[in-house]
Amino acid sequence: MSDAASSAPGSSAPVPSAPVPSGPASSGPASSPVTPAGSPTMGSVAPPPKSNQILRDIMGGSVVISILAVLLALVVGGILIAVTDENVQAASVYFFSRPGDTFNAIWVSVSGAYGALFQGAVYNFGGNTFVKQIKPITDTLTFATPLIAAGLGVGLAFRAGMFNIGGQGQMLIAAACSGWVAYSFPLPYGIHLIVAVLAGIVGGAVWGGIVGVLKARTGAHEVIVTIMLNYIAVYLISYLLRTPGALQAPGSSNPKTPADLPTAIYPDLLGGDFNLHAGLLVSIAATVFVWWLLSRSSLGFKFRAVGVNPNAARVAGINVKRSYIYVMLLSGGLVGLAGVAQVLGTVTSGFSSGIDAGIGFDAITVALLGRSKPWGIFVAGILFGAFKAGGFAMQAGQGIPVDIVLVVQSLIVLFIAAPPLVRAVFRLPTPGTAKKPKQPKPPRDSSAQAKPAAAAEAVAAK
Amino acid sequence: MSDSMNPSGIDTGVPDVTRTLDSSGPGTATQHERPDSSNGLATTIVKSWKAPIGFAVFTLIALVLFVILGRDGDSTFTLSADSDLIQLPDITVAARLTGIIVTVLMAVITVVAFLRVRADRRVPLWLTALLGVLFLFAFLTWVDAGASLPVQVPGLLVGMVSLSVPLIFGAMGGVISERVGVVNVAIEGQLLGGAFVAAVVASITQQPLLGLVAAAVAGAAVSFVLAAFAIKYLVDQVIVGVVLNVLVIGLTNFLYSQVLSKNAELLNSPPRFDRINIPILSEIPIIGPTLFRQTIIVYLMYIAVAAVYFALFHTRWGLRVRAVGEHPQAADTVGINVNSTRFWNVLLAGAITGFGGAYFTLGSVGAFNKEMTAGAGYIALAAVIFGQWDPIRATLAALLFGFASNLQNALGIIGSPVPSEFMLMLPYLLTIFAVAGLVGRSRGPAASGRPYIKS
Repeated sequence: MSDAASSAPGSSAPVPSAPVPSGPASSGPASSPVTPAGSPTMGSVAPPPKSNQILRDIMGGSVVISILAVLLALVVGGILIAVTDENVQAASVYFFSRPGDTFNAIWVSVSGAYGALFQGAVYNFGGNTFVKQIKPITDTLTFATPLIAAGLGVGLAFRAGMFNIGGQGQMLIAAACSGWVAYSFPLPYGIHLIVAVLAGIVGGAVWGGIVGVLKARTGAHEVIVTIMLNYIAVYLISYLLRTPGALQAPGSSNPKTPADLPTAIYPDLLGGDFNLHAGLLVSIAATVFVWWLLSRSSLGFKFRAVGVNPNAARVAGINVKRSYIYVMLLSGGLVGLAGVAQVLGTVTSGFSSGIDAGIGFDAITVALLGRSKPWGIFVAGILFGAFKAGGFAMQAGQGIPVDIVLVVQSLIVLFIAAPPLVRAVFRLPTPGTAKKPKQPKPPRDSSAQAKPAAAAEAVAAK
Repeated sequence: MSDSMNPSGIDTGVPDVTRTLDSSGPGTATQHERPDSSNGLATTIVKSWKAPIGFAVFTLIALVLFVILGRDGDSTFTLSADSDLIQLPDITVAARLTGIIVTVLMAVITVVAFLRVRADRRVPLWLTALLGVLFLFAFLTWVDAGASLPVQVPGLLVGMVSLSVPLIFGAMGGVISERVGVVNVAIEGQLLGGAFVAAVVASITQQPLLGLVAAAVAGAAVSFVLAAFAIKYLVDQVIVGVVLNVLVIGLTNFLYSQVLSKNAELLNSPPRFDRINIPILSEIPIIGPTLFRQTIIVYLMYIAVAAVYFALFHTRWGLRVRAVGEHPQAADTVGINVNSTRFWNVLLAGAITGFGGAYFTLGSVGAFNKEMTAGAGYIALAAVIFGQWDPIRATLAALLFGFASNLQNALGIIGSPVPSEFMLMLPYLLTIFAVAGLVGRSRGPAASGRPYIKS
């Protein structure tokens, strides 16, 4: 056993499996869907590129897990809020004499916080007019608009096995391009908006495309390149913003651009009382587009094939490198839409270097929560938009820092990425153990069970 | 350097592997395996024109910047501070002449590199370093030409070390973690967690040393989450890392706003380490003030770099770590528990990175601030890749990044003709070049980023 496995320096060498051919061959059918025939004994699960693993894990989970993950994250967030609350701390000093006080304080702080979160995100019970009552939900949609667009970009890249962490940079470049068109070229109503949106998409696509080209040409790891391009974009934009003649507003010494011309601004959807703008429609259109791309077009099929297994895709005649470039162009363009939504919708009076507002990173969590599926991302974007809108309301109303939202969001993603953990916490059965396998996951489980047997056979044979 | 280092590491590895095998069973099949692969490495050197081309680009930049756009006037370099025991005289050079000489020298180096590659030989690292130093010298001369203030060389170097300390600790953590096969994107989170906990513990106990220990624990705690999710739950390591960074940022921001800022006296006024002058060494001109008038964290860093280097390449532990990172199946076969090796070493990596976090609050800045690491973790990650997963090279890369960041401060004082943003951009651009392979091929540990599923 030992010599067989150790003499295979790489999984690419099928020859060294000679010493124990009978063992794995007999148990071959069980493991054949996952492992190539050449992999002999020990866990030489010729690793498909790491992204596939997670993608399958993300896809393989269920809606139940997602909901429970959100719940679990909210519970942890609640604990944090309770522990750091001053009233709770004061009451806990005499916990053993009057425990009721502590529980009461915990209830007051946590329910106050989440109540404010809900009222800030969905429906304001305290509002005295209809407009005030439903304003929170429109704010949620406004916050969701760029999150959906950027989440789609990140999710599309995920589907092709690429990690686009460069949302920040792509948004900044897109915002700069779009904003520049929006304030400096007087164009007719309608055309101006379209040109400004397109400029933003192109800007984001170029910044994302750099990553794709570098990945395809030199094999540079996209995570590193996107992170580095984020910083480069930040410094580039902050340089342009403080340079007269570049992006800085004339006659101003602030690092800020001039206000958009009114012809280039996304029109309000519900009138001037609400912040909701037509960017939401663009995001919905983008969702439909990505859905069509992934499930109806041949390019999307190629992306998915590359994402599941680039080696198999190459064998099937798909140009993997070109796919990397295309998917990063599209991904950057979609993330660019988020930057456009910020510039032409949310902050129309001129923007500064913080225009991305952390959406580039939130988009990663949105894409993960949405399981990289267009409509899943759409829902996840709205959920995180609600967290954002509610978080600010919570900070204003209850004095709880909005950063708790970051904690809850990242916990959600962590829990969702690890279904076994959530199952363990809620004592759910593991799918595949009780019933017959139905998902792509069980084969891996069954092979994992079959393999020790194979190894044992091999040992016995010797 | 590492090109010669890696084979030597493998060489030391071979006897150990075969010995273990011999004791456990017939190991005849293994003997030809490693030599074969190393022979294969030796014979398949691909002619890479990237280095000479890169050199040529820099020479061209030098030609344009220092000769065609050359600035007249004298540049002064101050080599020692007033408090130094041994005083070195200031050096004054003529800017344009220096630029011309340096450009010629760089052209010579480029030609040498071209000839070496044509003769199927590698371009040595020192040649690259020499080119870099020459370029830098000419650049400083060009910037300072005609300026009233001299270039403060000691200040430049002290600032470089100061900015590099967290990067180097982070890079050491990254090197260990990646060598054992777990991509550590969570360096930022480990640094930030370390900084936060160090500030709180040191403030409460008024003992900076306790803060330092607590920082290591905090870094290890972040690592624990990374390891648990990456190794037990097989979640993609990059995703866990990125999410962990967000989580730690959120947690520390929340706790800072909610708790620390309300009780700043009690919880966020850590005592800082004093500088310790090493008796004789600290009086060496230039080197002394740079390296030997530092706090205990910096001395700890020297030890950490040396220890990681020695341990990784010259001990049984290091051999196991590298084996697990390069070929977990093989490591498993010879009886190494892959997942527990990974788990404990990722924890160790987190602890080392935590020291770097403590430097923010106990060494340089003082009180904890929101997001005070400001992306240092990502730069450390870049240093790991730039340094090709080698502790010494990663340290040098971190120093380079620290220097580039500090150069911006220094040039701000003199009045630089280059906008500061472009100086700040430099480390990131360099990293992209490094990753894209212009500087050299960077290939990580083979199994890094892949969960090991023992079957």
